[in-house]
Amino acid sequence: MSEEMTQLYQELIMARARSPHFAGRPAAFEHHAQGENPVCGDQVEVFVGNAQVRHESRGCAILLASADLMAEAVAGKTAAEVSELHAAFEQMVETGQTNPALGDLNALAGLWEYRSRIRCATLPWAALAQALGA
Amino acid sequence: MSAALQAGAFDVERIRQDFPILTRTVHGKKLVFLDSAASAQKPRAVIDAMAHCMEAQYANVHRGLHFMSERTSEAYEAVRDKVAGLINAASRDEIVFTRNGTESINLVAHSFGRALLKAGDAVVVSEMEHHANLVPWQMLRDAHGVELRIVKITDSGEVDFASLEAQFADGKVKLLAITHMSNVLGSYTPAERLCAFAHARGAKILLDGAQAIVHRRVDVQVIGADFYVFSGHKLYGPTGIGVLYARREILEDMPPFLGGGDMINSVSYTHSSWARPPHRFEAGTPAIIETIGLGAAIDYVEAIGFDAIAAHERALTEHALNMLADVPGLSVLGRAQDRGGVISFVMQDIHAHDIATLLDRQGIAVRAGHHCAEPLMGRLGVSSTARASFGVYTTRAEIDALKSGLLRVQQVFR
Ligand SMILES: Cc1ncc(COP(=O)(O)O)c(C=O)c1O
Repeated sequence: MSEEMTQLYQELIMARARSPHFAGRPAAFEHHAQGENPVCGDQVEVFVGNAQVRHESRGCAILLASADLMAEAVAGKTAAEVSELHAAFEQMVETGQTNPALGDLNALAGLWEYRSRIRCATLPWAALAQALGA
Repeated sequence: MSAALQAGAFDVERIRQDFPILTRTVHGKKLVFLDSAASAQKPRAVIDAMAHCMEAQYANVHRGLHFMSERTSEAYEAVRDKVAGLINAASRDEIVFTRNGTESINLVAHSFGRALLKAGDAVVVSEMEHHANLVPWQMLRDAHGVELRIVKITDSGEVDFASLEAQFADGKVKLLAITHMSNVLGSYTPAERLCAFAHARGAKILLDGAQAIVHRRVDVQVIGADFYVFSGHKLYGPTGIGVLYARREILEDMPPFLGGGDMINSVSYTHSSWARPPHRFEAGTPAIIETIGLGAAIDYVEAIGFDAIAAHERALTEHALNMLADVPGLSVLGRAQDRGGVISFVMQDIHAHDIATLLDRQGIAVRAGHHCAEPLMGRLGVSSTARASFGVYTTRAEIDALKSGLLRVQQVFR
């Protein structure tokens, strides 16, 4: 397998796309919002409750992994902290510069080379921002 | 003179030499371009014709009384003859230049739709239309009160004639607007039969030839089309130039779509009278350079010959269907009897975008998404597909590369 091909589709991303840890609609939640990518029809719905985020996603591996890693990263965070992470995440996928504050989310840094796919990773974040009323 | 034009028989390697872009590499790999259905690459002859126009023979058309304008007008109008020849229109005046196939359909929806259809009349489209042949009719429905009906396709991707009968049963249908070849499923529709069907029921027919025109000889008189539309850029020509063919009597009855220069007979402050077709429908300075490029593209495909093009693509499509059948977990959408070099597929547990990105890293360009046919995706029960499409320059080796590329994609997802 060529390295270029596995750079983006690395182990962590494939694992989370295949078996997400935070997928599924919770029985109770305080906020929710939906995001859709009009280019491909991919969809994500995020649910916020108890300082936890869960998601229901239908889409490509990048979208699925990004939604799941996001849910993990924001657990227990305040809305202000989430918004900071969101900004840092967008900058990281745009530039390819990893950021220690982003932890496992840095697995998506390779995306900057795939301009048309960046939206797949930022869609869950946009939905979360909307759910939080940002 | 291009290599292909000198060659007697179809020789794909010589044809490839006519397309400068095919020597490019992508991500350090040889470019394997399998996205011609979205837009085709351009042969040297088209590039040169456009450059020549700008370097040696350029001015506005139909306006100047000077040498350059007259020569440019002649070159521009000569392309109308070439288009008429390409589709065997009865007259050059039946050829209207537009920006693309989408604009051609919008022109018909606005002009024919608003002036010659009445509230209560119905327009029928199929379940496998490109958005270009759906949205303009929805807009006409909302603005003008015509009814829009959808004829079903079968699971193999062919027009369902029982459904067509049902849609026409109440006699309200005045226009059937339907694709001549699906940009998703690759299926051809039986154009002659559809025209006869519509005419027997007092309706006109518009064929969306954006895909079909590229792969086969189209004869609008044999088919019996009232309207036929296509874009230059899929036919190895430039962007920015499209064609509307319409039978002369129909064009004569149609009011202008856009107003301005070139489309008038005379103008006063209070009133204007319209030029005759086709100029009535060509307001403003046209895409002169692009039209001349389209003329060169038509010369190019005519020199290769549609019989040779069709045979080449038939062989490639058959080869591709065989190769793809060997990829585990892959399903091809649509199994029409009569099909061309456009193949959509899905793979188990691998999203079309991931397929496209991972193929791209291997230098292989395919399209992924809903292909501007979102309702059809719903009908097929998928949200998106990957699509490989072929042109005159596509080789068997490229299809083999697609197959091995797909097997590598599967390894990443294993
Ligand atoms: C079947 C079909 N109809 C219409 C169109 C619209 O063509 P254009 O975008 O050039 O107007 C396309 C192009 O994608 C097509 O494939």
